[in-house]
Amino acid sequence: MNILVDMSGIEKHFPGVHALKSVQFELREGEVHALMGENGAGKSTLMKILSGVYTRDGGSVQVMGQDVDFAGPREAQDAGVGIIHQELSLMNDLTVAQNIFIGREPRNFLGILDEVLLNKNAKDIFEKMNVGMDVGAEVGTMTIAKQQMVEIAKALSYNSKILIMDEPTAALNDTEIQELFRIIDQLKADGVGIVYISHKMDEIKQISDRVTVMRDGEFVGVRDSKDTSIEDIISMMVGRDLELETEQKPDTSDNMTALEVKNLNRGKFVKNVSFSLKKGEILGFAGLMGAGRTEVARVIFGADRLESGEIFIDGEQKFIDTPSKAVEAGIGYLSEDRKHFGLVLGMDVRTNISLASIARFGSSLGILNEAKISKTATDFISKLDIRTPSEKQEVKLLSGGNQQKVVIAKWLLRDCDILIFDEPTRGVDVGAKSEIYKILRDLAASGKAIIVISSELPEILRLSHRIAVMCEGNLTGFLPANSSQEEIMRLATATMQSSNNKNNQISEMSS
Amino acid sequence: MNDTTINSSQLGANSLVERAKRNQHRFWAFSGLIFLVIGFSLASPNFFQTSNIISILQATSVNGVLAIAATLVIITAGIDLSVGTLMTFCAVVAGVLLTNLGLPMYIGIPGALLSGFLAGALSGFFVAKLNIPPFIATLGMMLVYKGLSLAICGGRPIYFNDTEGFVDISTGSIIGHIIPAFPIPNGVLILFLVAIFASFILTRTILGRFIFALGSNEEALRLSGVNTDRWKIVVYSLAGGICAIAGILLASRINSAQPAIGQGYELDAIAAVVIGGTSLSGGKGTMLGTIIGALIISVVANGLRILSVPQEWQIVVTGSIIILAVYADQLRRGKT
Repeated sequence: MNILVDMSGIEKHFPGVHALKSVQFELREGEVHALMGENGAGKSTLMKILSGVYTRDGGSVQVMGQDVDFAGPREAQDAGVGIIHQELSLMNDLTVAQNIFIGREPRNFLGILDEVLLNKNAKDIFEKMNVGMDVGAEVGTMTIAKQQMVEIAKALSYNSKILIMDEPTAALNDTEIQELFRIIDQLKADGVGIVYISHKMDEIKQISDRVTVMRDGEFVGVRDSKDTSIEDIISMMVGRDLELETEQKPDTSDNMTALEVKNLNRGKFVKNVSFSLKKGEILGFAGLMGAGRTEVARVIFGADRLESGEIFIDGEQKFIDTPSKAVEAGIGYLSEDRKHFGLVLGMDVRTNISLASIARFGSSLGILNEAKISKTATDFISKLDIRTPSEKQEVKLLSGGNQQKVVIAKWLLRDCDILIFDEPTRGVDVGAKSEIYKILRDLAASGKAIIVISSELPEILRLSHRIAVMCEGNLTGFLPANSSQEEIMRLATATMQSSNNKNNQISEMSS
Repeated sequence: MNDTTINSSQLGANSLVERAKRNQHRFWAFSGLIFLVIGFSLASPNFFQTSNIISILQATSVNGVLAIAATLVIITAGIDLSVGTLMTFCAVVAGVLLTNLGLPMYIGIPGALLSGFLAGALSGFFVAKLNIPPFIATLGMMLVYKGLSLAICGGRPIYFNDTEGFVDISTGSIIGHIIPAFPIPNGVLILFLVAIFASFILTRTILGRFIFALGSNEEALRLSGVNTDRWKIVVYSLAGGICAIAGILLASRINSAQPAIGQGYELDAIAAVVIGGTSLSGGKGTMLGTIIGALIISVVANGLRILSVPQEWQIVVTGSIIILAVYADQLRRGKT
């Protein structure tokens, strides 16, 4: 079997981070090679080097036997390396065909765009893939699954022999995933080598031929998938056997109610949501992507306007239509998208920590007491163990876990009684993860009322005192802390099942 | 992971290097200014004369003050195209109050300043509350103020002959009274006072912190519980008030409120801001940079005039300098 990619001794440094330490990776013709590792293990960095987005600091890369040194994604593409990013990079207002051939449009002898040939070429690719597709449709109007097919077609249009897929199933439902797997099988048969990055263990078992595991920027090992158990892969990823959570969860049912919401409504993502939250309680919000958990958090926080519903804090009704009112009422929201909504990346640690409580540092004329800001920031840096050279470091230079701690510090300083954590450990490495868990538990123990939204079920089960589950904008039920993943999944798909049943009934009636 | 453990010696070096990097643009802009001054001094003996230097500074005062107003707005990732005609409008308001109504200066001047504040607040309201993009909102207001100025004056200038001391606001010299060897006109003094004031706002106050945060990540600021709409209105108001100062300086220098001028000044102001290293995408900028930028524009205009280069070509050169300055900035960031 031919070797398509051979990377060895790959080194990469970022400011303050040794991201890749002598990493190796090999991809053969016609194989699906899973690349596994916790967030921050270096998978994406490695693949960005292979696809020409980053240049390496050391080591060698061979593509189809040739030493290569890509200066940019374009060169990698020309050499047959295609990448499908987790966040799709298509132009929504252009058609499928226009997207696929952007920059390479066929032209007639007058130099005018030949749309007919363009559409025909696009159609040919989809026919080869065995996928039905309206190549004249605007990409923005299509489902994520369809858009992904467009990305794959685009990669194939460059005759890519090597295809990197970064969490391709993250936003797909089961039928769409099976369709994707069918296409992957077909590509394999054509001799394409596929690097498959995913966190979903069952998928890895189902689709991959080999697995390479990385941890903390290092190569841990490569195994044949069929001879390796899921447990083995996990312990390679984590570096130890997963210990079972034995921590006793406190009983908070007699505590005072900190937050109560009744019949919250907004659009299709928040439908008649009611729940209450006690002081000292961690309420986990579970659900699939798009279930409406973030949307519920945003209406409670006033980031989006409520259409109807009531919010009570400490028993008193509050009208919250802006974040500033929410903060005044004692609610803090830590967004799932730290970089866009939680931090001002270009500003330093101290400014970010002080941002929500800056009035405290100003005189009556609004003149800032810089020394006090620095002092407060350094206090939090040591309290939360934020790893930064100084409080004057720009936050964009910190790692994900430390950035998250800066956001937490911001809200602790504001002294909010109700804290909503939306995906608190996204993009955070394993070590920092358990530190953040400890911070959350300590906060709850000190009497804060906490909501944790997470898509990782183990995280929900590990942290929550009680679990709320959402599906398609509805709160489908509450579960106790000792529930199983299956019970959560049943509630997380509850309304989908009933609506599927309904659809079936309708189709039965019409037939 | 210990990947971010950094020892203290590295730390010191880091912050020094970063400091130097952060100030690099101003360093280049300042070197550019010095280079131009030396070049023109060598080219013509008439350039480096006290009287000529003073006339350069005097010529910078109005554009400099306008550029300060523009800097505040641009750092928030906004833009204010109305600074030029708002300046004229405020001058006309001063004319109406002082000349047409015969009110004393201690009412007329604050009245003009107030009109600037309110006008700025209105633009801020459009941007913050009605979500009109700053470019459009201030483009519209630019025309509104231009039309209003002409309508109020009936198209004719208003002179300040009856207001004693009005001309001295810009052309008198308090410093010259104290130190006769340095007859620096009040207009220049006011420019520097406004610059120091604005620089203080930017670096030492809550408002300044929010100006940078608005330009860097407005949504993160809003989700920190800050009433971003209100602060935006404050920024545009402050900029409007500073435009009014420019209006009074200009009116005082030419002893009249000329309703037809003003349009075009906003482009000079924005040019000064950009040459001074403030990013049009917001979040970055300094007042010192803006002042250097404004001085560069004046020095070029003055120097070329002394060398008898026709005015048409002066404009061409100024345009080229803007592009050169921004290109140099891009090179420095390694983006090209």
